[in-house]
Amino acid sequence: MDRLVRRAPRAAAVVVAVLLLGLPPFQSSFTLSLLTQALVWAMLAMSLDILLGYTGLASLGHAAYLALGAYSVGILATRHGANFWVTLAVGVALAVLGAAIFGLVALRATGVYFLMITLALGMVVWGLAHRWVSMTSGDNGIAGVPRPRGLPWALTGALPFYYFVLAAFVLAFLVLWTVVHSPFGKTLVGIRESESRMRTLGYNVWLHKYIGFVIAGAGGGFAGVFWAYYNGFVSPADAELATSVEILLMVALGGRGTLFGPALGAFVIVLLKNLVSVYTHRWLLILGAVYIGTIVYAPEGIVGLLRDRLKARGRAPLRPAPSP
Amino acid sequence: MTFEFLVGQIFNGVSYGALLFLLAGGLSLIFGMMRIVNMTHGSYYLLGGYVALTVMWRGGPFLLAIVIAALAIALIGIGEWNAFLKRLSGQELGQVLTTMGFALIFQDLALVLWGGDPQTIKLPAFLSGSWVIRESFFPVYRVFIVGVAAAVALVLWLVLEKTRLGAMMRATVDDPEMARGVGINVFRISMGVFALGAMLASVAGVVAGGFVGVYPGADFEILPFAFVVVIVGGMGSLKGALVGSLLVGLLDNFGKALFPELSYFTLFAPMAAILAVRPTGLFGRA
Repeated sequence: MDRLVRRAPRAAAVVVAVLLLGLPPFQSSFTLSLLTQALVWAMLAMSLDILLGYTGLASLGHAAYLALGAYSVGILATRHGANFWVTLAVGVALAVLGAAIFGLVALRATGVYFLMITLALGMVVWGLAHRWVSMTSGDNGIAGVPRPRGLPWALTGALPFYYFVLAAFVLAFLVLWTVVHSPFGKTLVGIRESESRMRTLGYNVWLHKYIGFVIAGAGGGFAGVFWAYYNGFVSPADAELATSVEILLMVALGGRGTLFGPALGAFVIVLLKNLVSVYTHRWLLILGAVYIGTIVYAPEGIVGLLRDRLKARGRAPLRPAPSP
Repeated sequence: MTFEFLVGQIFNGVSYGALLFLLAGGLSLIFGMMRIVNMTHGSYYLLGGYVALTVMWRGGPFLLAIVIAALAIALIGIGEWNAFLKRLSGQELGQVLTTMGFALIFQDLALVLWGGDPQTIKLPAFLSGSWVIRESFFPVYRVFIVGVAAAVALVLWLVLEKTRLGAMMRATVDDPEMARGVGINVFRISMGVFALGAMLASVAGVVAGGFVGVYPGADFEILPFAFVVVIVGGMGSLKGALVGSLLVGLLDNFGKALFPELSYFTLFAPMAAILAVRPTGLFGRA
């Protein structure tokens, strides 16, 4: 039975990899655009999973790093003609810097207090995006972000750009995968399960959480860079509280602490959002129901549901038949 | 910076702070007692304004509109709490996502029921106009808001500090388990506080409808401010909510007047600084 549970993710990963690589050339540009968008949000959700899933810290300010990455691109690429590598370096560096500062404040708290402090810090970034008009163009946002420059390929069509973002997604996944399976990642899980035990064992709990916080921020900034290039447009909506909560939803819906789950959650939400809004204007009603439904029916997310299902199936023959 | 400018900004800051207190006072009690991160609080504010509008469109007077909005939203709050939130105690993520779900649903329902155009609540004659004192204008309505907030603060303080019910509420904030142990119906008190919070938020929404209007998006616009007030003041502390509201109201006004480009930064950055020193807020207990 355990073998089934252990093998399922590997099989699923192979299937997903084949689909992501092989299907796109046969898709319309609308579908390609949706898939690209989903990949970007999957990167965001995976980076938040380092905090929420592996360290057990629910952050309400993850959109801040998305915005730091996205605005770096928006400002540098439209006003200074910067190439891709410069925008990527600055975007990630700014997100790391932001997380390094915010982490100092936020990690003094836990639980509800951590939620609230990260919310306030997220609002600092939103406030700058909204009001620092000379730098960010305020509510108008920054339009006309070009496709990445300074690369050996032109990336003009939807398909090359999709593979470009897919490569970034794979890189992000591998880096985060390495992090969570390293001794450092295991320590984070230990802290999630029992902070006091880890402290007694001699681990520097604060430092581990802090580094986890910065890694999550860096991942957010990385995704933000690709978001700006994908969207061609950056606005304060990227830094909004609602965006932060939506990333939380993706992680929870997919299954926190699984890395693969949050990516799946991001795909579900992005596809649902775009497909449902084609048919009805009442998309928010449905999204609201998804929020509530996730907590009521799948508190451990889709991956959690599947895992339980597989385990139950593996165990079934071992159990005596239920008495009527 | 002239004296008139200073007086004007202080007055605007205090009246905005009064509005924030109406919104955040209940949120703070909800936090303190149930540790519920309530993303629906902004929706109560928005729906309150819309219900009052409907009452007034049907010819109801302003004060009746406030009462009906308060009762209607309190019922919605009780329903939401009973159906979902009471089972999620201690699950922060579950609470955030569930209440966010409700916030989105309410936002969309409001759009369906009341449309997307901004509306204004028409003020009764006795609340219109301004008092002029030595070249400074004081709109009567803003004075009224400060009065309402002061009255609410006073009543809440009296109830919390001087009555048996208040003692039970404070006991529930301090230690729900012990409170249950000595025979306090924590369940009913929590529900009451949740309803009270929803009610005050809706009153804030009606009152705000008189000067900033009622419009789609107002719910998520005001929500972060309410949260910031609660965090800075300290969750569950009435005094904290009062001080926090005034602080946020004044910082917001002076920030917007003096550093328009950095105005939200001048609001949220000092908040973060306070939290760096006191993670539980100014008057909060861990």
